[in-house]
Amino acid sequence: MSALSARIPTRDELGLYLSWRKLPVLLAAAVVVFAFAYVLFISTLPASFGAGNWRTTTFGSAVHDPSSFLKITLDSLTFAAALFIVSSGFALIFGLMRTVNMAHGSFYLLAGYIAYEVQQGMTGQGFSLQSSEVNTWDWLVPLAVAAPCIAVIGLVTQQAFLRWNQGQELRQALITIAVSVIVADQIIGHFPRNTSEGQKFGGNAVDLTWPGWTDRFVNLHIGGVQYSLARLVMLGIGLAVGIGLWLWLYRTRTGMVIRAGVDDQKMTSALGINIQKTFAIAFVVGSALAALGAVVWASQSNISSGQDGVWLLNSLVVVIVGGMGSIFGAAAGAILFAFVSNFGAVYLPTTGSDCCTQYSSVLTFVLIALVLAFRPRGLFGKDA
Amino acid sequence: MRVDVGSWTLRTKLERLIAAAALVMVVVWPTFGGSYWTHQILIETFLFGVAAASLIFLSAYGGMVSLGQTALFGIAGVIIGNLATKGGPGGTSKGLHLGWDPTVALVLAIVLTTAIGLIFGAVASRSAGIYFLMITLTYSVIVNLTLGSVTKISGFSGIGGINRYTPGWIGDIQAHPTRLYYVALIVALAVYVLIRYIVRTPFGLTLQGVRDEPVRMASLGYNVPLHRTLAFGFAAFLASLSGILYVWWSGQIAPGNVDLGQTVDLLVIAVIGGLVRIEGAWVGAFVFVVMQNYITSNTHIPGLGFGGTLFGGSFNTIIGIIFLAIVLVSPDGLLGLWERILDTGRRLHLRGAPPSQPELPEPVN
Repeated sequence: MSALSARIPTRDELGLYLSWRKLPVLLAAAVVVFAFAYVLFISTLPASFGAGNWRTTTFGSAVHDPSSFLKITLDSLTFAAALFIVSSGFALIFGLMRTVNMAHGSFYLLAGYIAYEVQQGMTGQGFSLQSSEVNTWDWLVPLAVAAPCIAVIGLVTQQAFLRWNQGQELRQALITIAVSVIVADQIIGHFPRNTSEGQKFGGNAVDLTWPGWTDRFVNLHIGGVQYSLARLVMLGIGLAVGIGLWLWLYRTRTGMVIRAGVDDQKMTSALGINIQKTFAIAFVVGSALAALGAVVWASQSNISSGQDGVWLLNSLVVVIVGGMGSIFGAAAGAILFAFVSNFGAVYLPTTGSDCCTQYSSVLTFVLIALVLAFRPRGLFGKDA
Repeated sequence: MRVDVGSWTLRTKLERLIAAAALVMVVVWPTFGGSYWTHQILIETFLFGVAAASLIFLSAYGGMVSLGQTALFGIAGVIIGNLATKGGPGGTSKGLHLGWDPTVALVLAIVLTTAIGLIFGAVASRSAGIYFLMITLTYSVIVNLTLGSVTKISGFSGIGGINRYTPGWIGDIQAHPTRLYYVALIVALAVYVLIRYIVRTPFGLTLQGVRDEPVRMASLGYNVPLHRTLAFGFAAFLASLSGILYVWWSGQIAPGNVDLGQTVDLLVIAVIGGLVRIEGAWVGAFVFVVMQNYITSNTHIPGLGFGGTLFGGSFNTIIGIIFLAIVLVSPDGLLGLWERILDTGRRLHLRGAPPSQPELPEPVN
């Protein structure tokens, strides 16, 4: 919508415009600078008892408490990897087809539960699994089952409902919302199955388990920080997905067709390329990425009904912030969002007795507002 | 004002007749009708209709489909819950319990929600279409997560007992629930009239220009983002009314009242009614509320269910399938279906007659 400001202003108007324009820029810059300064220098650890003040946070500032700072930084990076895996699938579909797949969160949730059932079936241990009881195959096979399942569901959704509504963005969004409602409700009705009787069904929280060899801490030799190998593996998977996507999109013929489709769908089609096939491929890969992200994050955290909304939000925020339909945008959005939400969780002041209050979801809104104020199409977004 | 019935088309006559009949019916309903319908179904219809009307207003006249109305609905409820309630012994309810005068709380809830709506609108105002939908959806999810995690103002369990603190000029709605019925009815009617008025003002006409031709309107010198922001603020005002009616009716507000499911439900209401006409909000709300109250997990649909419900799911599976069917078959909802029936009727009536002038598109208002 850059054309909206296409009217040529007069000199007087321009002067007024610029002076008013500067105020929000300065304000935003001040907010960002203060946030950095707060994390790096200002915040302090809480006293052993009694109320804190506005400088009190869970961890001290980077200067005073560098090892905590490093841990949070690594936590953010590894969370960003999981965010990137899930949201790159969302961004791929959106970038190529202009389809907002509102069922992405439901696909994520379903993949997590399918992988959980498979893992439970393979190890047969019942509700809670120790990491030592899981070998690498017990983790890879659930992934190898869940990802194709979700890819097929994505493909069926696309072929049955979306294909003949191509170009009607709103209608497609409504259709995928309807699909997500049905899928989410069916998950509650049927999962988790492999658990003790009282907790059966109803979408209760369950978790996947990382293979045993990841269950240890790595000494990073920086400030004596010991860091979980599983989270580093997660970071590795995220990087592998990123590099794989880049190679696929920029070094193969299919990728070239997809990029051409992103730029000009009709022209690509007119050149004799079967764009419908490309759409189907994009939907398969995008849905499979949701499944991969679900398996990764459900191994680190857990999976339960309601997380479909959380991960739909995550995907939306990443692509809104990063820019629609580019993998660089998804990477940038994932990193920004992960840092803001993780640092917000520990570096926002925790005064008084409200131990469990978390304002980090408000910061998500601040992030969106700041980015959209200056780049309405997101950081890497192109004008439509 | 002179009413010239003779100049009305058959369609207008038919629609006004139905509207008048419906109005008379809801006005006399508490006197003759059953209490369950009065205090459950019709009140819910009125208040969710108001929220859906704010969504349809943005969609039909601003070209913006907003999923953020649920967030504003919840914000208004939480504000009035925090300001008006008094903490009592034995209460498990969260919130600040400031115990202010309910009228003050009411006004503040409306004003603050509208202000937040203006901020929300300003952030999203330079986006349109599908981007607007995505950004506003994040509002609803963020508000849901925020209410769940900020224990001071709501927390996971939310605020209860709000219906004990209604303004004196309304009275005790727990003892006289029919009063709430009429309050909700009056608010719903006022909202309808207000929207119909707003869209005919210069602001409303500009908004419709912005909807159709944003680039052209900008080149004519209109501030497009400002108009979108103001429209969103107005819709936030409407959503706040709905949220306040909701907390008076149900007595409580919790993150669960503004979660993704509720956001989708509100969208379903608007889509059932059709995203093009304001009346559709209450038609959609009525259909949705009746379905919600009568399709329970005990409903047995032969041939499809195992365990008595649809594929083992709950009401949401059924509403999801209905929603899917409506979007696929009649994107303009029930009112779109109504227009199609009228068109078919007219075509049958005119068969054999000489071709009339080409049909002009129906004006939206």
